[in-house]
Amino acid sequence: MRTIQFREAVCEAMSEEMRTDDTIYLMGEEVAEYNGAYKASKGMLDEFGPKRVIDTPIAELGFAGIAVGSAMNGNRPIVEFMTFNFSLVGIDQIINNAAKIRQMSGGQFNCPIVFRGPTASAGQLAATHSQAFESWYANCPGLKVVVPSNPYDAKGLLKSAIRDNDPVIFMESEQMYGDKGEVPEGEYTIPLGVADIKREGTDVTIVSFGKIIKEAYVAADELAKEGISCEVIDIRTIRPMDYDTIIKSVKKTNRLVILEEAWPFGNVATEITFQVQSQAFDYLDAPVQKINTADTPAPYSPALLKEWLPNSGDVIKAVKKVMYK
Amino acid sequence: MKKVTKEVYLKWYEDMLFWRKFEDKLAAVYIQQKVRGFLHLYNGQEAVLAGTLHAIDPSKDKLITAYRNHVQPIGMGVDPRKVMAELYGKATGTSHGLGGSMHIFSKEHNFYGGHGIVGGQIPLGAGLAFGDKYFETGGVTLCYMGDGAVRQGSLHETFNMAMNWKLPVVFICENNGYAMGTSVERTANHQEIWKLGLGYEMPCGPVDGMNPVKVAEAISEAVERARSGEGPTFLEMKTYRYRGHSMSDAQHYRTKDEVEEYKKIDPITQVLDVIKENNYATEEEIKAMDKRVKDLVKECEQFAEESPFPEKNIMYDVVYDQENYPFLPHKL
Ligand SMILES: Cc1ncc(C[n+]2csc(CCOP(=O)(O)OP(=O)(O)O)c2C)c(N)n1
Ligand SMILES: [Mg+2]
Repeated sequence: MRTIQFREAVCEAMSEEMRTDDTIYLMGEEVAEYNGAYKASKGMLDEFGPKRVIDTPIAELGFAGIAVGSAMNGNRPIVEFMTFNFSLVGIDQIINNAAKIRQMSGGQFNCPIVFRGPTASAGQLAATHSQAFESWYANCPGLKVVVPSNPYDAKGLLKSAIRDNDPVIFMESEQMYGDKGEVPEGEYTIPLGVADIKREGTDVTIVSFGKIIKEAYVAADELAKEGISCEVIDIRTIRPMDYDTIIKSVKKTNRLVILEEAWPFGNVATEITFQVQSQAFDYLDAPVQKINTADTPAPYSPALLKEWLPNSGDVIKAVKKVMYK
Repeated sequence: MKKVTKEVYLKWYEDMLFWRKFEDKLAAVYIQQKVRGFLHLYNGQEAVLAGTLHAIDPSKDKLITAYRNHVQPIGMGVDPRKVMAELYGKATGTSHGLGGSMHIFSKEHNFYGGHGIVGGQIPLGAGLAFGDKYFETGGVTLCYMGDGAVRQGSLHETFNMAMNWKLPVVFICENNGYAMGTSVERTANHQEIWKLGLGYEMPCGPVDGMNPVKVAEAISEAVERARSGEGPTFLEMKTYRYRGHSMSDAQHYRTKDEVEEYKKIDPITQVLDVIKENNYATEEEIKAMDKRVKDLVKECEQFAEESPFPEKNIMYDVVYDQENYPFLPHKL
């Protein structure tokens, strides 16, 4: 099979959907003439022209709201945030309008819109540029939240997100855009809300998503050498969450470690932990462990950032802890 | 305005040259990966800072800007070695390595950052001025932003309140032609950014931002207005950045010729020309200044190189004022 970069998978998903549905447009800072700050929309201005691939000023609140308004009036916008850190400038339009319009209007208006861009840390960018808001957005009814971890999933999930009639937050990573992976030539989609077992195993379940899942793979490889078999589940969609796949796996392994690059207080891992203890309490042989960032804003210094970020060593320690080793 | 004397020109030359070489050094060590993250350099825009410093009283006036912020604190009196160390992520840095390139702060020297969210510092600047008015300190805040930042709602909301409440603040747009790869022409239906002040009936106007004398004149007038209780001013400094937006910018949006055109009106060259025309310094004296600049840059680099990385607990210690704040445990 051919191999393409994550950014190319994102670009293909948007372009293919735009070819078949002319209500879709892409809007955001530097998406057109610059081909995207991270080149995820390379060539799209050339193909679709400035009516449908639109550079905005730095005005997140305004363009997020304009996109929501147009979604109420027949468009299916894709809005790129240069990173989700900057979505906070426009978050009022996402939470108070995109997520609510359908319900408040008694179902009269759909809001078929995708907000996409990179999430979480990307090297030494410090406190305001390293944040992960998956749990914030997933907390809000009316929104769906998708976080792919490889090019294949990114393409299939993004196509589904664009076709979805509800607002979808689609989160990528600066540090994944260059990742290569197998992506078939032909048309395919991946349904939202379905987790994927990336590695099968029998001793411990590791649940993760997004770029940080790579640390789980490294840990699983290391642990395999010691005869510990890890099952790695990529939840891919945070909301709606595929609890069944997680519960089924926990019932098999009886042990759960959750790896999430986010602050530890009330995050996605917390939600999973609650669901697992309520649905599979009798199957657990050890308390659930979760691995997150430090409970602080992201530091700049490499010496501190290393400490702040979760890594494969943390995963190995957590797995050993739930195995009482 | 204070007179622009021979001494001022000599200071401008040495300061601006130092800022330029300091940034060049950062670019060099960035390529060696000693400094990481984003790195936004000020090359070309130095006259805005030099002119400002001539017009203000650094003992009570305040500066706040965006992420292109390495040399302003130095101008305000911060030890440049500490700024360099911050970019290295070292314990001796201005924020002990927590802030990095985009977030330089110095309470001691009235430098209020260093802000990475475009437009986020604009209300903060007005807020600093609010405090000065409240406590009747007589201080004025100089609040800088880029040509891209003026399109944020934060500017418009802040302009209205700052004007309505006559806050002692000077808003300064450093129009360097581009917000990343987006030229000013492509972001709005109008080109003259200073006219944004008109809607709020805020005194406003354009300024030649490549000439420190012009900058100093405009800022002096604005600072005087603010200090006498008449409220804010909005100035658009027409300037230019020579380097890319940050270190990872291929700059396809402009031509090399355009950059060369601006280098012909380079602020450092303009000042040096005045020095030479008026015999303010001999060749030897100029050479001596160049050498001092070179040595100081070297000293900054050495200091940053030799400084230790911060202790890990600093990451937790400064988040809250409350001592022994109970953080959720990180490492298991
Ligand atoms: C709210 C927000 N949106 C987007 C960005 C990404 N970004 C960083 S700098 C920049 C361009 C700003 O240009 P300008 O205001 O002209 O300042 P300059 O870089 O020219 O000094 C952009 C889009 C950001 N940091 N914050
Ligand atoms: Mg600019």
